[in-house]
Amino acid sequence: MSQQEILEQQVTPPASEDEKVYVASQAQLVWWRFRKHKVALGSAILLIVLYTIIISADFLGPYEPRTNHVKYIYAPPAKIHLRDAEGRFVWPFVYATVGEMDPNSLRVSYVEDKSQRFPIGFFVPGEKYKFLGLFETNVHFIGVAPGGTLFLTGTDGQGRDMFSRILAGGRISLSIGLVGIAMSFFLGILIGGLSGYYGGLFDTVTQRVIELIRGVPDVPLWMALSAALPPKWPVTRVYFGIVIILSLIGWTGLARVVRGKFMSLREEDFVMSARLAGASEVRIVFRHMVPSFTSHLIASITMSVPGMILGETSLSFLGLGLRPPAISWGVLLAESQKISVLAESPWLLLPAIPIIIVVLAFNFMGDGIRDAADPYSR
Amino acid sequence: MLKFMARRFSLMLVTLVMVSIISFIIIQLPPGDFLTSYVGALMLAGDVVDNDQIEALKVRYGLGDPIYVQYFKWVNGLLHGDLGRSLEWGRPVRVLIMDRLPWSFTISMVSFLFVWAIALPIGIYSATHQYSIPDYLATFIGFIGLAVPNFLIALLVLWWVFRSSGQVIVGLFSPDFVNAPWSLAKALDLLKHLWLPALIVGTSGTAGTIRTIRANMLDELTKPYVMMARAKGVAERKLLLKYPLRVALIPTASTIGWILPGLFAGELIVSSVLGIPTLSPVFFQALRSQDMFLAGSIVLILSTLTVIGSLVSDIALALVDPRIKGSV
Repeated sequence: MSQQEILEQQVTPPASEDEKVYVASQAQLVWWRFRKHKVALGSAILLIVLYTIIISADFLGPYEPRTNHVKYIYAPPAKIHLRDAEGRFVWPFVYATVGEMDPNSLRVSYVEDKSQRFPIGFFVPGEKYKFLGLFETNVHFIGVAPGGTLFLTGTDGQGRDMFSRILAGGRISLSIGLVGIAMSFFLGILIGGLSGYYGGLFDTVTQRVIELIRGVPDVPLWMALSAALPPKWPVTRVYFGIVIILSLIGWTGLARVVRGKFMSLREEDFVMSARLAGASEVRIVFRHMVPSFTSHLIASITMSVPGMILGETSLSFLGLGLRPPAISWGVLLAESQKISVLAESPWLLLPAIPIIIVVLAFNFMGDGIRDAADPYSR
Repeated sequence: MLKFMARRFSLMLVTLVMVSIISFIIIQLPPGDFLTSYVGALMLAGDVVDNDQIEALKVRYGLGDPIYVQYFKWVNGLLHGDLGRSLEWGRPVRVLIMDRLPWSFTISMVSFLFVWAIALPIGIYSATHQYSIPDYLATFIGFIGLAVPNFLIALLVLWWVFRSSGQVIVGLFSPDFVNAPWSLAKALDLLKHLWLPALIVGTSGTAGTIRTIRANMLDELTKPYVMMARAKGVAERKLLLKYPLRVALIPTASTIGWILPGLFAGELIVSSVLGIPTLSPVFFQALRSQDMFLAGSIVLILSTLTVIGSLVSDIALALVDPRIKGSV
C-alpha cells in the first residue's frame, strides 16, 4: 500500500451510523437527539403550523374580524352537513340560518332554513383585505356564496365571526410572546453574562435585584404597571407597553441561567487553554463559551414564552392589558366574562383552546430541547 | 444559626425597602398628583372643598417637596400605619385593606396546604412507579395544570356552577350566612366554600411541585444508600419515608419562596372571576379608576407578605438542612 492509498483510506467518509456520530457537529448531535423526542418534535411542527396560520389569518378566516353581522348576534357555530335531505353523501354544505326572536324571552334563536343550501367553497371571493399588508385581495381560503353564512365557531355579541377573530387574535397573543422574549433575552444575556463573567460586586448586586424581582408577586405588579398606561394610547403603543412590562420581570429567569452557565464554564479547562493561547476576552466569550450553552439557552427561552403569552392573556382578560378594538385571545375571553352570556353561548370560550395548545406545545418543545441540549450526556 | 438569621433578616429589610420604592413608583405613575385627583373627586361628588384641608393635605404628603422627601413622608406614614386615603372609597386605605386582607390570606394559605397535600403523595407515587399509567396520568395532569391559566379554570368552574345551580357568584358563604354572626355552623359553611377557590389557585403550584418532587425522588431512589437499606431488609414503606423522601424534600421545600408569590397573584385573579370579596375586587377597581394609593398599598402589602413568607421558609429550611446556611 502506497502512502497515497493510506491517506485516501483515512479520509473516506465513515460508513456506519456509529462512526457518523464522531464527526457530527454539535448542532447535528442536538438535532438527532431532539428528533428522538417525538412529542417535542410534534410540538415544534405544530407551532410552526400555528405561526404560519396566524400570519395568514386574513386569508384563512372567512370574514374580516371586525365586521358586524347585525342579523347574527350570538349565532351558534355553523352545522356543517355531509348528507343531504335524502341521506346521500354530498360535498359539505351549510343551510342558510335565520334568527327568530322568542316573543316571551326576547332571546334570538337561530334555525336552519332547509330550502337554501350553501356548499362550502375554497378560495372564494369575500370581503376585501390586504394580504400580509402587501396587496389588496378579496379571496378567502374558506367561505360560502353571498346570502349564506359560515360562522365556524359562532359569533359574538356584536355579530362578529369568532373563527376569524380567534385567528386574528393569535397575531397579538402569539407574537407578544416572541417579542417579549426577544427583549428579556437581550436584558437577560447582557446582565446575566456580565454578572457571571466578572462576578464580584456587580454580581452580588444583580443577584439581590433578581431575587427581589422574583420574590414579589408578578401579577399584581404587571397589573399596577399596565393600569398606569394611559387609556388613550393607540393599540400598537399599548402592545409595546405591555411587552416592556412583561419583560421587565421576565428577564430575571434568563439572566439566572446565563449567569449560572458562565460561572461554571469560566472554570472549564478549555476556557483556560483559550486564555493561555492568547485569545481575547471577546473571543473567549463568543467563540468558546456561548456555543457550549446556546442549546440550554434556547431551551429556557422556549420554556419562558408560555409565561409571556399567559401574562398577556391574563392581563387582557382582566381588562388591564390590551383593550378592544385590539384583538387578542385575552381580549376575546374578556368578552366572555359575563357568565349569563357564557351560559347561553358557550362557544365564546373557544379562544381558550388555542391558548392551552400553544402553552403545552412550547412546554413540550422546551422539554425536548433541554433533554437534547447536552448531546454528550446519556 | 443566629448569624445566618441575622444576615437573612437584614437582607429582608433591604428587600422591603426596595418593595416600598416600587410601590411608591406605582403610586406616582399616573399623570397628575394625588391631590389634584382627590380635589377633583371631591368636587365631582359635590362636596365643598375646604382650602385649609387642601393645604393640610399638601403638607401631609409633601406635595411641593422634591420626590425623595415625598417618599420619606410616605414611608413615615406607613410606619405609623397610615397608608393614605382612597379617592374612590373616601376612606383610609388601611381600613379598606384590613377588612379584606384576612380573606385573601386565608385563601392563599389554604391553597398552599392543598398544593402540598396533593403534590406530595402524587409526586412520591409517580417516582416509585415511574412509567406506569398513573405516572403518565400525573405527568399529563401536571402539564395541563401548568398550561391552563387560573382565570380560565375559574371561569369554567363558574360556568359549571351557573349551569347546575343558577348562581352567578361562588362566594365564601351560603346566602343565609353572609351577614350572620360567627358560629360553628358559619365556620363549617365557610369550609364548604373555601376549598374550591383554594384548589383553583393552587393548580399551577401543585403541577410544578409534583414535577419537582418526582424528579428529586427519582434522583435519590437510585443512590447507593437506598440500595444498602433495601439490602439490609428495611421495609419498603419505611425505607421510602425515612431516607430518600427527606432528602428529596429539601430542594422541594426551597421552592416555597416562589410558590408564595404565585399563590397571592393567583388568588387575586381567581377571586376576581369568582366574585369572592377579598382584596381582589378592591384592587381591580382601584387599578381601573387609577386610585393609586389603594393599588400601590395592596402591591406593597402582598409583596411584604410574600417576602416575610420566604424568610420564614428559608429559616425553616436552614434548620432542616444546615448546608443552606452557607449559601445566603
